[in-house]
Amino acid sequence: MTVESTAARKPRRSAGSKAGTTGTGRTTRAGAGKSAEPELVQLLTPEGKRVKNAKNAEFAQYVAGVTPEDLRGLYRDMVLTRRFDAEATSLQRQGELGLWASLLGQEAAQIGSGRALRDDDYVFPTYREHGVAWCRGVDPTNLLGMFRGVNNGGWDPNSNNFHLYTIVIGSQTLHATGYAMGVAKDGADSAVIAYFGDGASSQGDVAESFTFSAVYNAPVVFFCQNNQWAISEPTEKQTRVPLYQRAQGYGFPGVRVDGNDVLACLAVTRWALERARNGEGPTLVEAYTYRMGAHTTSDDPTKYRADEERESWEAKDPILRLRRHLEASNHTDEGFFAELEAESEALGRRVREAVRAMPDPDHFAIFENVYADGHALVDEERAQFAAYQESFATESDSGFAAGTGGN
Amino acid sequence: MADNATTKNLALAKAINESLRRALETDPKVLVMGEDVGKLGGVFRVTDGLQKDFGESRVIDTPLAESGIVGTAIGMALRGYRPVVEIQFDGFVFPAYDQIVTQLAKMHARSLGKVKMPVVVRIPYGGGIGAVEHHSESPEALFAHVSGLKIVSPSNASDAYWMMQQAIQSDDPVIFFEPKRRYWDKGEVNTEAIPGPLHKAQVVREGTDLTLVAYGPMVKLCQEVAAAAAEEGKNLEVLDLRSVSPLDFDSIQTSVEKTRRLVVVHEAPVFFGSGAEIAARITERCFYHLEAPVLRVGGYHAPYPPARLEEEYLPGLDRVLDAVDRALAY
Ligand SMILES: Cc1ncc(C[n+]2csc(CCOP(=O)(O)OP(=O)(O)O)c2C)c(N)n1
Repeated sequence: MTVESTAARKPRRSAGSKAGTTGTGRTTRAGAGKSAEPELVQLLTPEGKRVKNAKNAEFAQYVAGVTPEDLRGLYRDMVLTRRFDAEATSLQRQGELGLWASLLGQEAAQIGSGRALRDDDYVFPTYREHGVAWCRGVDPTNLLGMFRGVNNGGWDPNSNNFHLYTIVIGSQTLHATGYAMGVAKDGADSAVIAYFGDGASSQGDVAESFTFSAVYNAPVVFFCQNNQWAISEPTEKQTRVPLYQRAQGYGFPGVRVDGNDVLACLAVTRWALERARNGEGPTLVEAYTYRMGAHTTSDDPTKYRADEERESWEAKDPILRLRRHLEASNHTDEGFFAELEAESEALGRRVREAVRAMPDPDHFAIFENVYADGHALVDEERAQFAAYQESFATESDSGFAAGTGGN
Repeated sequence: MADNATTKNLALAKAINESLRRALETDPKVLVMGEDVGKLGGVFRVTDGLQKDFGESRVIDTPLAESGIVGTAIGMALRGYRPVVEIQFDGFVFPAYDQIVTQLAKMHARSLGKVKMPVVVRIPYGGGIGAVEHHSESPEALFAHVSGLKIVSPSNASDAYWMMQQAIQSDDPVIFFEPKRRYWDKGEVNTEAIPGPLHKAQVVREGTDLTLVAYGPMVKLCQEVAAAAAEEGKNLEVLDLRSVSPLDFDSIQTSVEKTRRLVVVHEAPVFFGSGAEIAARITERCFYHLEAPVLRVGGYHAPYPPARLEEEYLPGLDRVLDAVDRALAY
């Protein structure tokens, strides 16, 4: 009982409604999000065993064609993403980055959902979607510019249909909805996916995006990574019902998936994307997962959470789980892991070198792209700035009028 | 350390923490609310230990929703509470901007004075800490333009302590801008000596040649500028405004009538910033005293830049000295 399906606006297909039930009924007032853990869509157990049951059958069909090679591909994606993330964390420790938001533990949610996407789908991430960026073909070193402090974005969102990271919590869910409304107007069959956290689910923008997407039947998948914490606040401080159940009140289905199970994330996201493409409107996917590290490198989780909690989630590690499955099914040999290890090392080295070689921006970048059409005040201030810089270069008399930020 | 038992040497953040503690102790109606203010003690630890001592019903971890934080604070104020809410960083106040501007600011006037809005909105603001986007901005002018709000910003630990007491006691909403890059600067705080009024500016260095006006994070810079200028034989007066709205024009006028020159310094963009208001009013009030136009030093008409460029963007010693020289050259 994982899907909250309400009458989808155009229930032409069966997926949503077939699995539709009235939910778990476990809407207890206290701590529903954590203590009474509703059932998850799971296809791989933490031990790496395939789960087959009536409950997940309808999602399992979305990964029925997955080959051993595909599984190795998913494994590779997760390993390389984790390696990249670990490299970024240590680069921050070495002072090369100002900040880093690690995705450690969330690889399956991101790779599973990211690999479900088509090239023409559009992604609206928050600031932690390094694995999704990887799936989109965004060069990982591009993600580091804003964390190093050399730019406020760092890539062209249209080149990979991967929007810029959004730091203001929840804002991007509305952008995704509007983009999806545009897709629908164009009559295209691509879909849009918006990533956000459990904390973000409290924002008005997210509630408004649910309303708009439902009212306009927008082809958008809301992919909430419930990693259990919003900095120091547990999910209970955001909601008293399991998050996926929120969707019901807006009139679209919600499903909770094991966010540490890459196969289940792939299947459920494919299902939700298909609904979007078929004109069945939005879906909320809650990937139930865990942020194994600190919120960011500035955070100190020892102030608010117990070590045992992390340990219990380590047992559900998404990468280990798929490895166990691959090994048990004889889908790999030693060579595969050794080659991947070498590839990881090479990626780490490449990232490290790229970051260290990343030049500081030109000072005049401050004035670039402030407007598309240009602006007289910006021109004036740029000129003053130039004259001011020049005054140092030539050690000229400082009585020269310049550089007061415009006056 | 002073030997007086009522005087402590505190970092600015800790001074606010002690001030909140005192307010929670003395008035059961005072509440602290915000994201992560409980166990974590806020991302800057300004509320450290308060929840442990006053409980979850006085120091409230809120859902991640700024409009919700300010909107419910308004409701609690209507019910007789005095909420002190924390917005985690300057750039995140905007989801609450609607509640602040359309509701909080106007409730007193709309109720013909029957309703009081003793809400304090704490906002760590400003740059200089190498942060990512939306963590370094100075949006005070956006609030100062709105009638019904009071806008203050302490520059040192003692003011942080006392201005917070006064803000909480005020029956008007106060936007309390905390200079985050000065959080770790220590200063003497006398917890008994009640200071002057909340909205009065303070001369922090006497001088005769030119007045530097600043508030919050830029006061310390202006003191450094004055020290550097003194080495060149220039005698600058430094005025710490402390309050942006209301703004103590009388104190600026007094100073300018003496020094005849004024340079206003703030981190926020110069265009339509608080310096523009000061320049206009002081020009009106002191036209015949001024020997030079009022100059302003601040941010550019550009988004706050990435960390590696912020030193270029923020007013620094050289840029302020340059403006001082220009004003003195008239
Ligand atoms: C509007 C807004 N308020 C506050 C913040 C500060 N902040 C950054 S991340 C965060 C917690 C986010 O939690 P969640 O949405 O669960 O995502 P997670 O980081 O856990 O992936 C907060 C409070 C922000 N970035 N934007």
